[in-house]
Amino acid sequence: MSDADFETVRRLQAERNAASAAKKGSRTFDPSNQRTDVSTKASLTESFDTTLYDREGVDKFAGYSTSIAVDGDDEDMEDADGGHRLVGQYTATRDQIDEMARGNGVEEEDILLGREKSARIADRETDYQKRRFDRGALTPTRADPFAANTHANVETEGQTYREVMALRELEKEEERVKKLIEEKEARGENGVAEHKATLQLEENDKENVEAGSTVSVVTSRKRKQRWDVSSEAATEEEAPQPTDAKKRSRWDQTPAPAAPDEGLPKRRSRWDQAPALGGATPVGSQGLATPMHPSQAAAMIPTQFGTDISARNAPLSDEELDMMLPSEGYKILEPPPGYAPVRNPARKLMATPAPTATTATMGGFMMQEPESARMLGKQLPTEIPGVGDLQFFKAEDMAYFGKLMDGGDEAAMTVEELKERKIMRLLLKVKNGTPPMRKTALRQITDNARQFGAGALFNQILPLLMEKSLEDQERHLLVKVIDRVLYKLDDLVRPYVHKILVVIEPLLIDQDYYARVEGREIISNLAKAAGLATMISTMRPDIDHVDEYVRNTTARAFAVVASALGIPALLPFLRAVCRSKKSWQARHTGVKIVQQIPILMGCAILPHLKGLVDCIADNLSDEQAKVRTVTALAVAALAEAANPYGIESFDEILNPLWTGARKQRGKGLAAFLKAVGYIIPLMDEEYANYYTSQIMEILLREFSSPDEEMKKVVLKVVSQCASTNGVTAGYLKEHVLTDFFKSFWVRRMALDRRNYRQVVDTTVDLGQKVGVGEILERVVNNLKDESEPYRKMTVETVEKLIAALGAADVSERLEERLIDGVLYAFQEQSIEDIVILNGFGTVVNALGTRCKPYLPQIVSTILWRMNNKSATVRQQAADLISRIAMVMKQCGEDALMGKLGIVLYEYLGEEYPEVLGSILGALRSIVTVVGINQMQPPIRDLLPRLTPILRNRHEKVQENTIDLVGRIADRGPESVNAREWMRICFELLDMLKAHKKGIRRAANNTFGFIAKAIGPQDVLATLLNNLRVQERQSRVCTAVAIGIVAETCAPFTVLPALMNEYRVPELNVQNGVLKAMSFLFEYIGEMAKDYVYAVTPLLEDALIDRDQVHRQTAASVVKHIALGVVGLGCEDAMLHLLNLVFPNIFETSPHVIDRVIEAVDAIRMAVGTGVVMNYVWAGLFHPARKVRVPYWRLYNDAYVQSADAMVPFYPDLEHDGLSRPELSIIV
Amino acid sequence: MADKLRTLQNLEALQARYVGTGHADTTKYEWTSNIIRDSYASYIGHPPLLSYMAVGMGDSKEKVRAMMIEKMVRGAGNPPETQE
Repeated sequence: MSDADFETVRRLQAERNAASAAKKGSRTFDPSNQRTDVSTKASLTESFDTTLYDREGVDKFAGYSTSIAVDGDDEDMEDADGGHRLVGQYTATRDQIDEMARGNGVEEEDILLGREKSARIADRETDYQKRRFDRGALTPTRADPFAANTHANVETEGQTYREVMALRELEKEEERVKKLIEEKEARGENGVAEHKATLQLEENDKENVEAGSTVSVVTSRKRKQRWDVSSEAATEEEAPQPTDAKKRSRWDQTPAPAAPDEGLPKRRSRWDQAPALGGATPVGSQGLATPMHPSQAAAMIPTQFGTDISARNAPLSDEELDMMLPSEGYKILEPPPGYAPVRNPARKLMATPAPTATTATMGGFMMQEPESARMLGKQLPTEIPGVGDLQFFKAEDMAYFGKLMDGGDEAAMTVEELKERKIMRLLLKVKNGTPPMRKTALRQITDNARQFGAGALFNQILPLLMEKSLEDQERHLLVKVIDRVLYKLDDLVRPYVHKILVVIEPLLIDQDYYARVEGREIISNLAKAAGLATMISTMRPDIDHVDEYVRNTTARAFAVVASALGIPALLPFLRAVCRSKKSWQARHTGVKIVQQIPILMGCAILPHLKGLVDCIADNLSDEQAKVRTVTALAVAALAEAANPYGIESFDEILNPLWTGARKQRGKGLAAFLKAVGYIIPLMDEEYANYYTSQIMEILLREFSSPDEEMKKVVLKVVSQCASTNGVTAGYLKEHVLTDFFKSFWVRRMALDRRNYRQVVDTTVDLGQKVGVGEILERVVNNLKDESEPYRKMTVETVEKLIAALGAADVSERLEERLIDGVLYAFQEQSIEDIVILNGFGTVVNALGTRCKPYLPQIVSTILWRMNNKSATVRQQAADLISRIAMVMKQCGEDALMGKLGIVLYEYLGEEYPEVLGSILGALRSIVTVVGINQMQPPIRDLLPRLTPILRNRHEKVQENTIDLVGRIADRGPESVNAREWMRICFELLDMLKAHKKGIRRAANNTFGFIAKAIGPQDVLATLLNNLRVQERQSRVCTAVAIGIVAETCAPFTVLPALMNEYRVPELNVQNGVLKAMSFLFEYIGEMAKDYVYAVTPLLEDALIDRDQVHRQTAASVVKHIALGVVGLGCEDAMLHLLNLVFPNIFETSPHVIDRVIEAVDAIRMAVGTGVVMNYVWAGLFHPARKVRVPYWRLYNDAYVQSADAMVPFYPDLEHDGLSRPELSIIV
Repeated sequence: MADKLRTLQNLEALQARYVGTGHADTTKYEWTSNIIRDSYASYIGHPPLLSYMAVGMGDSKEKVRAMMIEKMVRGAGNPPETQE
C-alpha cells in the first residue's frame, strides 16, 4: 500500500474521531486525553471545500443517515438539540425503548419461543413425547410373586403376571379388530378406494436413521417421525377420533360406574388444559383398580379452580336465584336425603362449577375469562394449615392437596387417614416449599418411608408426576423423593414397579439431559431394589405392546436395567426376546434394547460384546424390514462403543452385513451402511481395505441419493473408511474424490447446517489421507463463489485442513489462488463471521514467510476495513491484525507494522467496547512482536492514552488493556515517567475488583512490574491504604499485590512498612496485613529465614488475639513461614509458634480449624515429626471425646504424611503389650 | 450435619487407604497393634536398619526379616475379650 493511501486512511480516521468528539455525549471522548490532533478547527493543510473535494475532506454525508433504520435502533442520529440546558435530561435507556417497540407484552411474543421457554414440561414436549399421556392412568398394582411370606398382605392383591399378559393379548386383539373395522369403513362407506397421498408416505421415509442410535436424538429434534412404528400404521389409527377417546379404558375389567367426563373428547387443545384433572391425569374414576388419588375421591367433579372467579364471597340467596332463573316450567327439587351442603370455604372453592360441565350443557361460545394473577393471588392460599408458608401454590395443586385445607378434626381420624395427610403435607412441602422446608420434609419422608408404606407413598407421588401442569423443578423434586424412598423401601416397591416405570420412562426420552440422567438413576435404583426377576416380569408384557411409544421407552428402560444389574444377568432373556417367533414387535424391542445398552454403557460392554452380538446376529436377516434396520443400527452402536477393539466378536455377522447391504434399499440400506461404517475402523489394514472396496460401489451409487439421511450416512461412512489405515490415498484419489466432490461440493449442501458440518468433516478426513494440495486444488475456486454460505464452508474446510496438515503441500500457484480467495471471502462477508477470520489467520500463519508478497495487500484491506462504518467489520479487522502480527514480523515488514500501530493508536477513541478490546489486543500483539523500543507510536505516547481506558468497565477492554499495560511495565517501564505509573497504579486498584480472575491476576502482576520500575515505596503506600476499603475481594487482592511487590522488590523493602501498618487499631487493616504477610511468605519461600525472628512478636500477638479470623490468618502465616524455613535452622522460633498455635486445635469453625491444622502440619515439617508427636500423644486417649477427635485428626495427618518417621517416636508402652525390643539393640 | 457426613465419609476413605489411621473410638489394642506392624514394616523397609538389627541379634538378615513378618500377626497379643 502506498504511503498516500495510508495517509488517507489515517486522516479519515482522525476526522472520524474529531466528529465523534464534537458529538455531544460521546461516551469515549475523554477531554483529559493527551492527543493533539483531534481539534475541530479547520485544517490548514487540507482543502476546505468539501463539496468539491469530497474524497479529501470529511464525507459530505457524514451525519446523515445513509440508510433508513429498519429496526428502530438507529443510534447514529446526532443529538437533536444542540442547545444548552440547565437541568439534566433523563431519558429511557435503549433497552427500555426497544422493549416498548417490539414486545414483552406489547406484542404477542413468538409463540414458538414462548413454548420453548415455558417451565411447564407438557408445553415443551413433542407430539411423540406427549404420547406418554396415552398410556392412560396408572396401571394397577401388581402382585409380588417373589415376595417373602412376610408380605403376604400385599401378595393377595394386585394383578398377576398371567392377568397382565392376558390383558395385553386382549388389547392387541382390540387393536386388530379396530383396524379391521376402520379399513372396512374406509372402503365400504366411500365405495371408492381413496388414493393416499404418496408424498406423505415419502416424507415418512425421511426419518432420522440415527434417531434410535443416540439417546438424545428423540429429544433434540423437534419434529420426530418414528420409522419404527408398526407398519400397520399405528400412528394413523391414533389420529384423534373423538368417539374413540376411551379406547384405552380397561373395558374388560370390573364394571365401574361411568366416569363423569365420559363423553368428553380426550384430546384437548392446549388452552383448555386448565382443569386440573384432564382426561389423561390419573383420575381413577374410569373403573381402574388404581386407587384414586385420595383427594380426588372427595371431589369427583374435575374442578377448575380459580378460572371463573367472580370474586363473590357469599352464596346466592334464594331471592336472587328466583330473579335469575325462569319460574314456570321448572320446579325446585328437594335435596336428596343425607345431602349436606359444603360449608367450609376452602371446599367451596373446589366446588365451583366445572366449566367443562357448563360448556357441555350450554354449548355455544363462551368468552374465555383471562386468568388474572392478582385474582388468583387473592384466592389461592400460600399458607396451608400444618404446612406453613409455601413458595407458591398452583391452582392444580388444589386437586391433590385440597384435603389439607378442609380443616377436619384430626383427632377423629383413623391412623390411615392421618398417615395419608402426613404424606400429603410432606409432599406439598417438598414440592412447593422453600429450600429449608424441602430439605427437612424430604428427610422426614425418607426416614419414615417404611412406616408409611409403599402404597400410600406412591399413590400420592405418582399422580402428581402425571399432572399436566408439572414444571421442571417440581418434577425434579418429586423424582428425588422417589429416589430416596426407593432406597428405604427396597423390596417393598415390587408391586409398584410398573406404576413407577410408567411415570419415569418418559424421562428417558426427555429433551433435557439432566432429566434423562435422573430417569436412568431412578430406574437403575428401582432395578436394584426390586431385583431382576421382578423387573423382567413387570416389563415383559410391554415388550410387544401395541403402542410403539411404550415399546420404545420400555427398551430404553431395559437398557438401564441391564447397566444396573449387569449385562450377563439379562443376556438369556434378551436372547429369548430377540428370537421370539410370536411377534416381530418383541424382536424389534429386543434388538432395540441391545442397541441402547452400548449407548448407555460405552466401552463397558466389551466383555459381553460377543454375547450381545450373538443375540442379534440372526435378526440381520429377519423377514421384517424394521427389525433388520434396527438390528443394523444396534450393530453400529455396538461397534461404536467397542472401538477400537472387538472385531472378532463381529466376525460372524460380517458376511450377512455386507451381503445384506446389497439387498437393501432406502432406510434399511442407510442403517446397514452405518453399521458397516462403524465396523470398518475396527478391522486390521488388509481386511479394512478389502471390505471398503466391497462397500464402496454402493456408497458411490448412493452419493447421488436425494435422501438427506442417506447423504448423512454416506458422508459419515466415507469419512470412517478414509480414516482407516487400510485404505490408501491412491485408492481414494482414483475412486472416490471425483464423485465425492461432484455430488457433495455443491452450493445446496452449504445451506443446511447439518449437511454443512458433515461435508466439512468428511472432506477434512479425506484430506488427511490424500493431502492438502489435492483437496485445495478442488475447492479453492469456491472461495470466490457468489454464495456466501458456500464460501464459508470452503474457508472452514481450508482452515481445518491447513491447521491439521500445514501448508507445505501447497504449490506456488495454488498459494496465490488461496490467498486471493481467502481475501475475497474476507472482504465479501455480509455477516462478519469468526469462521472466516479463523480461516484467514490460519492460512496466513501456515504460509509464514511465503506470505510476504501478499502482506501489503492484506494490510491495505485491513486498513480500509478498520475505517468501516460497521463496528463488527472494524472489530474483525483488528482481530485479524493480532492473528497475523507474528507472520508480519517474520516477513520483516516492520515498517508496515509501524503504520498499523499508528492507525490502531488513532483508533483508541473507539466507542464500541468490543471493538476497542480488539484494537487493544491488536496493539498488544504488535508490541509483543516488534518490542518496546521499536514500537510505533512510541510507548511514551501510547501509555498515557491507555490510562483513561483502564477505567473502562467492559471486561474485554479491561483484559486487553491490563495485558498491554502489564507488558509495557514488564519490558520497558523506563519509557514512561514515575508519575504516570503511579496514576496507572490507582487505576489498577479498581481492577482488583474485576469479576474475571484473569484480569485480577494481570493487575496483580502489573503492580509487581510497576513497583520494580519505580521502587516499592509509593506503590506500597497506595496498596496499604487500599487495605482499609470495605470490599473483601479488593482487600484480598491488595494483600496479594503486596505479596507480589515484596517478592519483586525484596521483602526488606516492604516488611517494615507492613508491620508498622499492623499497629493501626482496625480489624480489617490488621487482617489485611496478616493476609499480605501470608502471601508474602508464600511467595518468598526460603528467603523467610531472614525475617522469622523479626515477625515472630507480631505473630505472637496475632495468635493470641480474641478474634477467630485473626488467629486463622496468623495460622496461615505460620504455615507459610514454616514451610519456607524447613531445614534452615529456625526450629526454636517454630517451636515457639507451635506452642501458640496448638491450643487452637479445638476450634470448630471449619475454616479456622483447617488453617490451624495446616499450620501444625507445616511446623511438623519444620521441626520434625517426633517433636510435634509429643504434643499429640497426650490427647489420643483422653477421656473426653471432644478432645480426642482433634488429636486423632492431627495423628492421622501425621500418619499419612510421615508414618515412617513416627516409628522411632512412638511412646514407650512396654506394660501395655507394646514392646519393641528391636529398638534397643546396640551393636 | 452435611459437614459431619462429609467428614465421616472422608474418614472412611482415609481409613480405606491408610489402615493405620484412627479415630476417636480407636481402642488401645488396635492402636498398639498398628504401631507394631508399622514398626516392623519400617525395619524391614530400611535395609541398613535391618542388617544392623540382624547383626545385633546374631541372626541372618533373611531370618530376621521372616521373624519380623511373622511377628506382625497379633503383634500386640490377643485382642481383648469383648464384653457384650
